[in-house]
Amino acid sequence: MAQQADAAGRELTMSRAMVEAIAHEMREDEEVFVMGEDVADYGGIFGSTDGLLAEFGRDRVMDVPISETSFVGAGVGAAQAGMRPIVELMFVDFFGVCMDQIYNNMAKNTYMSGGSVNVPMVLMTAVGGSYNDAAQHSQTLYGTFAHLPGMKVVVPSTAYDAKGLMHNAVRDDDPVVYMFHKRLMGLGWMPSPAGPKTDVPEEPYSIPFGEADVKREGEDVTVVTLGLHVHRALEAADELSRTDGIDTEVVDLRTLKPLDTETVVDSVRKTGRLVVVDEDYRSYGVTGEIVARVAEGALSDLEAVERVAIPDVPIPYARPLEEAVNPGVEDIADAIRATR
Amino acid sequence: MYEGMVTARRYEERLQEEYLEGKQPAFDISAGPIPGELHLAAGHEASGAGVCIHLRDGDTVTAPHRPHHVAIAKGVDLKRMTAEIFGRETGLCKGKGGHMHLFDPDVNFACSGIIAQGCPPAVGAAMAAKKRNTDEVAVAFLGEGAIDQGGFLESLNLASVHDLPVVFVVEDNDWAISMPKERVTDVTDGSQRANGFGLPGVRVDFDDALAVYDAAEEAVGRARDGNGPTLIEVQVHRRMGHFMGDAEGYRPENDVERASRLDSIPRLAEDLRKRGVDDDGLEEIRTRAHERVEEAIEWAKEQPEPKPEAALEDAFAGPPEGAAEPPAAAETDGGERSDGPRITPGERSGSDGGEE
Ligand SMILES: Cc1ncc(C[n+]2csc(CCOP(=O)(O)OP(=O)(O)O)c2C)c(N)n1
Repeated sequence: MAQQADAAGRELTMSRAMVEAIAHEMREDEEVFVMGEDVADYGGIFGSTDGLLAEFGRDRVMDVPISETSFVGAGVGAAQAGMRPIVELMFVDFFGVCMDQIYNNMAKNTYMSGGSVNVPMVLMTAVGGSYNDAAQHSQTLYGTFAHLPGMKVVVPSTAYDAKGLMHNAVRDDDPVVYMFHKRLMGLGWMPSPAGPKTDVPEEPYSIPFGEADVKREGEDVTVVTLGLHVHRALEAADELSRTDGIDTEVVDLRTLKPLDTETVVDSVRKTGRLVVVDEDYRSYGVTGEIVARVAEGALSDLEAVERVAIPDVPIPYARPLEEAVNPGVEDIADAIRATR
Repeated sequence: MYEGMVTARRYEERLQEEYLEGKQPAFDISAGPIPGELHLAAGHEASGAGVCIHLRDGDTVTAPHRPHHVAIAKGVDLKRMTAEIFGRETGLCKGKGGHMHLFDPDVNFACSGIIAQGCPPAVGAAMAAKKRNTDEVAVAFLGEGAIDQGGFLESLNLASVHDLPVVFVVEDNDWAISMPKERVTDVTDGSQRANGFGLPGVRVDFDDALAVYDAAEEAVGRARDGNGPTLIEVQVHRRMGHFMGDAEGYRPENDVERASRLDSIPRLAEDLRKRGVDDDGLEEIRTRAHERVEEAIEWAKEQPEPKPEAALEDAFAGPPEGAAEPPAAAETDGGERSDGPRITPGERSGSDGGEE
């Protein structure tokens, strides 16, 4: 929150904030370019590249054939050649088509080459459900990407963060997976909760990776989360302060790799209680990782732990089914209560 | 074939109406009785009908994200398919799959939302048929945008080198969402993709259902007779946006007009008239098709929604018939808060797959 104090009183949606950062980096550096499916005329299905074609033309905003292995891999190659590609994978769910390029090339080449090669590439991709698009278009897969050594993983929850993290992502010399939640983008056809649309300064600014943000301060219990669920957690926290007198602190991780363990552990030292909320699958994911870090760092302070995540099933289609597995405000509130 | 095409067209008109309910005046993808994405195939009917008419229930079809016309042509249960699209308990997939993920094992139909993803499984079905020495065939449908995908090209090769009874049907509607074909491939005739892999490639122009019928008859026959795979590309037309809600700002006005002018359904009606079918006959077919569609939609809307706790079922194969109840899914949802309103592990009903 502190960082947002200097914002200019100009509200942007998250997609506009991302585009602003990308456009700035493209103006500054000829080596930055964008490629992906429907990124040019359409401006990205989720508005992540809206307006870039008009300013930069088809050479620098490239529509590509539906062939993820080839264009994601080409991003790796261009990055190794010293360019700074921003490649969009339309939905994160499509990673399966091109995972080899992602995890055997993009993530590993720096290490395998003994540091003699690096991959300054951004893979940006839409994540998340809550609009009934079923199992192949609704995953978040935070854990899958954060699990890969060599990969940096960014998950903004507000326009302010989205811009600062995008500047940093493009300038970073390592591969960055930039995962934006569809429901935060401010699209007309997919209403956002209140929250992601924030004041955003016009000038460029960079949010360093590995700095979690305390989106709400509180004394009684710590909720650690990211993406869409930051907003759901904030709503739950407000509700609980009214109804139960529980004072909840909400920590927004913002980056999964590097992970700001310190902020999380400090918060739990203060509150003694931890709830981790994730829109990804429960097993082997973000919830387990955060609990492990807190156990390592603040075991004696830890009085209660709750995890809220998608049970280990693919995302179902029908509304009652999806609502059952996707953590809602009430689920988060219940988990917070359960720590008392 | 005409009836199948008319049924598919009417079905999509009605789905469109139902889909837009609750999404007016402001389009919100998650509102209304049919949420999520909806990809309609109006303008694609000739390929589904012209190919599937040569197939039997035992033959396998994999369709892409725009599946309804193929499903109807393959004889997928229309009522249960509709219930699935409405997210109902008695839907083909108990409300878990939705419009992009329809499975009807009774007629060996499946579809999926990942581009070109159905090609390898079709090759696999053909492999099974060949190993078992049956004369079943498999058909994979895909869009022209999908033929740049590795999974498709690898499938052509595997099918060819093993002489598998599979037919690849490419529906060329010129568009892949906002990308016109000429911007993503230098080869206008997609059937030429076959050339590099040693299988026959055929292109059917002008969205002509009878020409599709002929090409498919030969290809399916070749597959059934053990003579290996064929690639057919069919010219179709996208009459709508890529998905419902697509404003198509990228698409020239005259292209939309062209798609509607070259509609395969009036063309086939004309062909039938020339062959002596009178207007009353055609009207009768249309009426029957419309009634069937209406019946399916009415039935679907009356079906119950699935119970929330059903979300935890079906991740793994159900027990064999007559087996004892499976244990609660201790590993998958163990530790889930039992006081939460969402899902209580103890409530997991033991009836996975039991309804069938
Ligand atoms: C692997 C993968 N990449 C991208 C998409 C997003 N996508 C869905 S449909 C589509 C266009 C498909 O075009 P085409 O194959 O020509 O079929 P059409 O929609 O025209 O029927 C794209 C890019 C996807 N579903 N899967």
